[in-house]
Amino acid sequence: MAQPAGNPGAVGQQYTTNPPRELPRRRGTELMLLAFAAFIVTSAFVLVQANQEQELSWSIVWYGLAYLAIFAVAHLAVRRWAPYADPLILPCVALLNGLGLVMIYRIDLANAQEAIAIGEVTSGSAPRQVLFTVFALALFLGVLVVVKDHRTLTRYAYTFGLIGIVALALPALLPSSLSEVNGAKVWLKLPGFSIQPGEFAKILLMIFFASFLVAKRDLFMTAGKRVMGIELPRARDLGPIIIAAVVCLGILVFQRDLGTALLFFGIVLVMLYVATERIIWVVVGLSMFFVGALIAYQLFTHVQQRVANWIDPLSTYDEPGGGYQIAQGLFGLGTGGVFGTGLGAGRPETVPEANTDFISAALGEELGFVGLAAILMVYLILAMRGMRSALAVRDTFGKLLGGGLSFAIIMQIFVIIGGVTKLIPMTGVTTPWLSAGGSSLLANYILVALLLRISDTARRPQQPAKPRQPQPQAPLAEAHTVMVQRPPAGQPQPGVDGGSTP
Amino acid sequence: MNTPLRKVGVAMLVMVTLLLANATYIQVVQADDYRTDSRNSRVLLDEYSRERGKIVSEEAGQVLAGVTPTDDQLKFLRTYLNGPMYAPVTGYYSVLYGAGGLERSEDEFLNGSDPRLFVRRLSDMITGRDPRGGNVRLTVRPSVQEAAYNAMVQNGYTGSVVALDPKTGDILAMVSTPSYDPGKLASHDAEEQQEAWTAFTEDPANPMLNRAIRETYPPGSTFKIVTTAAALENGMTADSGVTSAAETTLPGTSTTLENYGGATCPGSTLADALKYSCNTAFAEIAGQLGKEKLEATAANFGIGMDDLAIPMGVVPSGLGDLESEAALYQSGIGQRDVRLTPLQDALLAATVANDGVAMKPQLIKALLAPDLSTIEEFGPEELTGEPAMSAENAQALTDMMIQSEANTSGGGKDESLKIASKTGTAEHGTDPKATPPHAWYTAFAPHDDPQIAVAVIVESGGNRGLAATGGTVAAEIARSTIAAALGGG
Repeated sequence: MAQPAGNPGAVGQQYTTNPPRELPRRRGTELMLLAFAAFIVTSAFVLVQANQEQELSWSIVWYGLAYLAIFAVAHLAVRRWAPYADPLILPCVALLNGLGLVMIYRIDLANAQEAIAIGEVTSGSAPRQVLFTVFALALFLGVLVVVKDHRTLTRYAYTFGLIGIVALALPALLPSSLSEVNGAKVWLKLPGFSIQPGEFAKILLMIFFASFLVAKRDLFMTAGKRVMGIELPRARDLGPIIIAAVVCLGILVFQRDLGTALLFFGIVLVMLYVATERIIWVVVGLSMFFVGALIAYQLFTHVQQRVANWIDPLSTYDEPGGGYQIAQGLFGLGTGGVFGTGLGAGRPETVPEANTDFISAALGEELGFVGLAAILMVYLILAMRGMRSALAVRDTFGKLLGGGLSFAIIMQIFVIIGGVTKLIPMTGVTTPWLSAGGSSLLANYILVALLLRISDTARRPQQPAKPRQPQPQAPLAEAHTVMVQRPPAGQPQPGVDGGSTP
Repeated sequence: MNTPLRKVGVAMLVMVTLLLANATYIQVVQADDYRTDSRNSRVLLDEYSRERGKIVSEEAGQVLAGVTPTDDQLKFLRTYLNGPMYAPVTGYYSVLYGAGGLERSEDEFLNGSDPRLFVRRLSDMITGRDPRGGNVRLTVRPSVQEAAYNAMVQNGYTGSVVALDPKTGDILAMVSTPSYDPGKLASHDAEEQQEAWTAFTEDPANPMLNRAIRETYPPGSTFKIVTTAAALENGMTADSGVTSAAETTLPGTSTTLENYGGATCPGSTLADALKYSCNTAFAEIAGQLGKEKLEATAANFGIGMDDLAIPMGVVPSGLGDLESEAALYQSGIGQRDVRLTPLQDALLAATVANDGVAMKPQLIKALLAPDLSTIEEFGPEELTGEPAMSAENAQALTDMMIQSEANTSGGGKDESLKIASKTGTAEHGTDPKATPPHAWYTAFAPHDDPQIAVAVIVESGGNRGLAATGGTVAAEIARSTIAAALGGG
C-alpha cells in the first residue's frame, strides 16, 4: 500500500509555498475513546444485570465480546481505509450503539419477567440488535472500501435519486399486507424479515440532492425580482422545493408517516439553503411547511389526534390513540428526575415501544436528566464533528453532503426526542443508533461511513495533486491577477470555495 | 458555502439546546407532578414489590397482616389473618384502590420508605438484600377482639365495640360490624379486586365504614356519666337531691321530656338518678350547670377534640349547639345534637376508671425494624392534660356505676367480673318514637382495679326492635368482652 502522506516529498517542496502539512491521524485517540466507550457500555451492562437479576451472568461476556469485536473491526477498517478520519465520530457512534444495546437488553429482561408471569415465551430484541449491528458493520466496511472518494458518488447521483424515490414510494404502492406494521405503512415485508426502505432512501436522496444542487447551483443563485428589498427566487427555480414538498405530502398522505415527512422536508430545506446561501429558501420552505401543516391538520384526524396528544397527553390519556404512550413516557421521565432510577432499577417497559420510539424515555427514566443530557451531547459532538469535516472539506459536493448528513442526525433526534419529551407533536422516527430496528441501524451506519469518508478527505494531505504540479505551474505563473488561496486539488472551480462568493 | 454551514451548525446547537431545556422542564420542574400522578404505576409497583412489613398483635404476636411471596410482578401478596374480624384495625391494602385504615396511616413505615428505617435500608443495599418494610406491633389483644367480634356477629348486630386499657389508653379491641375481608382487596387478580370493591362499597350496610372511629351516634344515657361528672365537679354529691318527676317541660317550650317508660324515678338522690337513669333529673342538672360547665367537663373527657389520631384519624365527637336551656335539658341525657364515636364512649368509662384522667387512645404499641428490633415504643399519654374530675369524684361516680350495673338486666351477668357500667338507649331518626333506638353500654372492670373499659353500640335495636334497651341488647356483648379480657389475664 502506498502510504498516503508518507513522504512530504522533496519534489513538492521547491514549488509550493504552502507545503502539505502532515496532519496527525489521531487513530490512537480514536482507539482510546473507543476503549472508554466500551468501558461505559460494559459498566452499564453490569449495572443492568446487578439491578435486574441480582447476579452477573455469562451473557455479559457474550455481549461484551461481541461489542468489542464489532468496534475493533470498525476501528481497524478506519485505520486501513480512512486513516485521516475524524477520531471522535466512531467512538460517539460506538457509545450510542452500545447504550442502545444495553437498554434494549434491559427491556428484554423486563419483558421476559412479565412473559414468565403470564406463561408466555418471548424472544428478545437484543440478540437481533447485535446481529443487525454486525450487518451494519459489514455495510459500513463496504461503504468505506467501495467509496474511496465521496466525489465518485456524484456520478451515480441520478441512479441513487431514482432508487431513493422508488424505495420511498414502494410501501405506499404495495398492498398493506406487504407494507403495514402497526398502522405505519412504511415497511417492505420480505420472507423472514422486514425493512423500512425509507431509512435508506433518506441517504440516497441526500446524495442525489447534494449532487443535483451542486450541479445546478448557479440557477438557484440567480436572483429574481426584488420585492420590498427581498430577492424572490424565480418561479421556475422553485421546482425542486415544490417537488420535495409534494413528495413529503405524499409520504404524509399515503404512508401516514409524519416523522419521515418532517425529516425530509427539514433536510431538503437546509441543503437548499447551504447550496444557495439564500435565507429566502428557508422562509419560503417554512411558510410552505406551516401552510401544509395547517391543511394536514384540517384534513386528517390522525394529525389532529397527534396535536391533541401533544397539547395535553394527560387529558387524552384514555382515548383510543390518545396520549397514553406519551403520558407514560413523561411519567417515566418524571420518575427518573435529575439522576434517574439507576440502570435496571426503573420500569421503562411500562411505556409501549420502549425499545424503539420511546427509547429516549427509557434512558431518561433510568439515567435521569443527567444521562439524557449526556446522550444529547454525544449526538451534538457527533454532528458537530461532521459539520467540521464539511467545513474543512474542499469540494462543494462534500460540503453539502457532509452538512446534510450532520444535520440529518440532529433533525432526527429533534423530531423523535422532541416528540417523546412533548416539545413537538409526537411523530415516529427512529432514534439513530439507539433504538431497536435493523433498517435504521444499517442506514445510519452508512451515514457514519460517509461522514468518516468526508472527514478523511478533509484532513488527508493532498497527495494526488503533486505529480501534476509541474503542469499547472505555467498557467499559474501567468495569471498574476487571480488570487489563488489554495492548491486547486482537482476542482473545476477553485475560486468558488474560497469564501468570497457574493 | 461555509457561512451557511456555520449557520446550520448554530441551528443544530439551538435545536439541541431546546431539547435540553425541555428535558429540564419535564425532568426537573414538572418531575414531581408526573411522578406522583395517580396513573403512574411505577412508584406504586416499586412499593408493592418491596416486602411490606407485618402488623402483629400485642398478645402472642399474632400476625394480623403479613405477606406471602408470589411469582407475579408484585412479588408479595398481602394476607390477613381473619380479615373481617380485624379489618377495622388493620385496614386494607389494594393495588387498585390504595390503602385504608392503619395500612394507610402507617404506610410509609410498612412500605419501608419511612426515614426512621433509612440506615437499615442503606445496609440492606450494601448487603444486597431487597429493602423491606418495618413492622407495626399493635395494642390489640386477639382474645378480646375475638370475643367482641364473635358476640356481635353471632347476634347479627350492626354496630361497634371498643375496648381500652383505662390506665394506658391502649386499644384492646376495635370491632365494627358488618365487616369486610381486606384479603379480597389485596388480591393480585384485578377482577377479583374490582368485584370485591364494588360489593363492599355498594353494600347498603356499608361494611367498609369503621364505625368505632369514623361514625358518631347520639350516646343517650351513657352521656349521663359526663353530666354526673360535671355535677360532682360543681358541688353536688352522690346524695344531693334531684327531681324524681316522671316528666319535665323543656324551658321555653311546651314539649315534655319523660323518663324511660314514663315512670317516676324510684329515688331522689343523684346516685339514684344514675342508677335508674332518670332523664328528668339529668335534664334539670344540665340546665342548672349551664353550657360552660358542661362543655368544660366534656372537653376533659376528650369530647370536641378534632385532631385525635390513633394513628387513624378519629372523627370529632361533640355536644352540638347548647344555646337554649331546652337544648341543655336534652343534651344532658345525651340526645339532641350530642354525638359520640364508640371510641369516645369507651373513653367515658375509661376516664372514670382512671381516677378521672382520660388517657390518649392508641392502637400502636411499637414500631419494629424488619429484623424485629424496636425502633420506637409508645408509652401512655394523657389525652387532654386536665382531669375530667377529681379522684374522689371518680370514685363516687364509680360507686354509682356499680349500682347502675346492679340494676341492669341482660345476659352474661357475672358478679365476679366486678363491672361498673352505664347503659344507654338513644333515640334517633326523624320519627324517634317509631325508630328502634341505638342500644349502648359502657363499662369498666374490675371496679377496684380497672383493667378494661368497653363501649358497645348496637345500631337500631339489634334484634329487639323498638323494645331494645342498652341493658337487654348491648350489655351482654360488653360482658363477654370483659370476661375474655379478665379471664385471659
